[in-house]
Amino acid sequence: MESDRAKPTMVHAARIPSWLVNLGILLILVALWPLSRAFDKYMDGYYLDLLIRIGIAITLAVSLNLINGITGQFSLGHAGFMALGAYTCGVLLKHYSPQGIELRLLFLFFVILGGLVAAAAGVLIGIPTLRLRGDYLAIATLGFGQIITVVLNQIENVGSFEVGGSAGLHNIPMVSDFFWSYFWALICVVTVARLAYSAKGKPFFAVREDEIAAAAMGVDTTFYKIAAFVVGAFFAGAAGGLSATLSGDISPESFNFIRSIEIVMMVVLGGSGSLTGSILAAIVLTALPELLRIAEGWRMVVYALVLIITMLVRPEGLLGNRELWWTRRRLGPSTGPSTNAVA
Amino acid sequence: MHAFLQQLINGLSIGAVYALIALGYTMVYGVLRLINFAHGDVYMVGAVIAYHLSQGLANSGAPVALSMCVMFLAAMAGCAALGFAIEYFCYRPLRTRPRLVSLITAIGVSLLLENLFQQSRFLFGPTPRSLPQAFQSRTVIEFFANSSTPITITNLDLVSWSLCLAVMVGLRWFVLRTRMGLALRAVSYRVDTAALMGINTNRVISMTFVLGSSLAGVAGVVDAMRYQVDPLMGLQQGINAFVAAVLGGIGSIPGALLGGLLMGLVQTLLKGWILQGAYSGYADAAAFLVLILVLLARPTGLLGKPAIEKV
Repeated sequence: MESDRAKPTMVHAARIPSWLVNLGILLILVALWPLSRAFDKYMDGYYLDLLIRIGIAITLAVSLNLINGITGQFSLGHAGFMALGAYTCGVLLKHYSPQGIELRLLFLFFVILGGLVAAAAGVLIGIPTLRLRGDYLAIATLGFGQIITVVLNQIENVGSFEVGGSAGLHNIPMVSDFFWSYFWALICVVTVARLAYSAKGKPFFAVREDEIAAAAMGVDTTFYKIAAFVVGAFFAGAAGGLSATLSGDISPESFNFIRSIEIVMMVVLGGSGSLTGSILAAIVLTALPELLRIAEGWRMVVYALVLIITMLVRPEGLLGNRELWWTRRRLGPSTGPSTNAVA
Repeated sequence: MHAFLQQLINGLSIGAVYALIALGYTMVYGVLRLINFAHGDVYMVGAVIAYHLSQGLANSGAPVALSMCVMFLAAMAGCAALGFAIEYFCYRPLRTRPRLVSLITAIGVSLLLENLFQQSRFLFGPTPRSLPQAFQSRTVIEFFANSSTPITITNLDLVSWSLCLAVMVGLRWFVLRTRMGLALRAVSYRVDTAALMGINTNRVISMTFVLGSSLAGVAGVVDAMRYQVDPLMGLQQGINAFVAAVLGGIGSIPGALLGGLLMGLVQTLLKGWILQGAYSGYADAAAFLVLILVLLARPTGLLGKPAIEKV
């Protein structure tokens, strides 16, 4: 930390050798398993459920941060990707309803499959980004999310697979647990962090800061924009699969526009482009409605007030453009996504 | 054929309301480049004001036409005040910040209004309620009354068309012929230069919110009579109107009218005429598909000016 202060430019996290970081990540992954078992056994179901939901929220917020915060492509359709993942995983798992060890293996497979379906949709959504910028892109992604909700509302069955239509899909095997939730959160955070803070990831920031300048410097902006959508959508799909198997019930309405907005709020409240900020905001915004239960019916009113006041008092988000351990701004004053550049 | 004509009438009537709401989105976007997500909820507040007044007015025995005028005026005044307050307290302090911040604040305001009106029994409460019978829509003109499928025009159709027309003409006069309108055009062209030319930009922006919000209030009263009053009614209607504004070219006032009418027509015709029966549920998706296709072909909407990119 002290050495950071001495260097005025590029501030990095404390210089830990990369093998040590990798080992640390691996150790956390391994430690998740007994931890999960212990939580299952000793923790109150309510708190465990909240913890799992926080893990899913982290995956969602960090994956959206790659699209919104890091690449600067304002997307309002993240819940659409989530819906695709949730329905892929939920429908398949319910149809085959396996048992025992087979259940866990198939679950992992279906969550990945759900992620891949969402990623394929990500390519589809990535294509409009070639033409649309800023608000227009936001609207197109919003439309995409709406289309998914409407279509899911209409489909009752696909062949012999039950989809449920507007009534929703119920009695999905509830296999999500602490381990899987944080397994995916960790994979997501590590992937996005590695993408963003490596030499390969500089173009993502370049596209955000100034697309024309980036293109002039030889960055294939098309590729990086679509890449951000594909990776972000994959993890949103995986998170969808996890949330479908957490409660066992999903309906198209649970992935509506409001859900997308909630995820955008996590990104903006945490500070666009800050991964630790997204994690922090995901924890705060998931736990806040629960903490506000004492306010009973008024909790959503308080929640909205807290949101407005936070944005008024700290418009750059909780962490701004920084990560938790950085003591200095990284790219000069926080400018936010390139959508602000209005001539 | 009768079904088609009937849906055409319904579509134009629903579209006129979309256009009224879309004007608020488009004017605010024109001056601030901000998607005012709370606009749909201002529309809802207009409907709620109409509901509360209608309770008293229905018992007072005042003539229906007079009561309706009172409701429209009160909703306009209430919504204008609300729009002014939202801009003054929530958007003005953030004007120099990235627009994403204002957008999130707008969403916060939207959540606040929705939940406040759902939660507070004094303001409204969670259950949707209808206006008294006297204020609900009724048929005033009927064609082919003897056939099995007559074509009807309700009083609300007439009200929404005439309101839409009056607002259009009024706005056109206001924007093109008055000093304030000139200032509005200057601000939407470029805020900082307009300020250098001696325009009080704060006043112009406030006025934009007051004007847009009062139009949303009008739309709220029409929909309160047509459907029900529901604290969440602004959500879907807000999205529809917003899409309409984008379709016509956000920032363009005639575009909002065109987009609103088109959106209303496309949705009703798809729902009631083309995709009949089991597939009518897809109509909402089709509207968004049209939107995405229009955006791809012409990103600034039908009547929007193509943005020139300066390096």
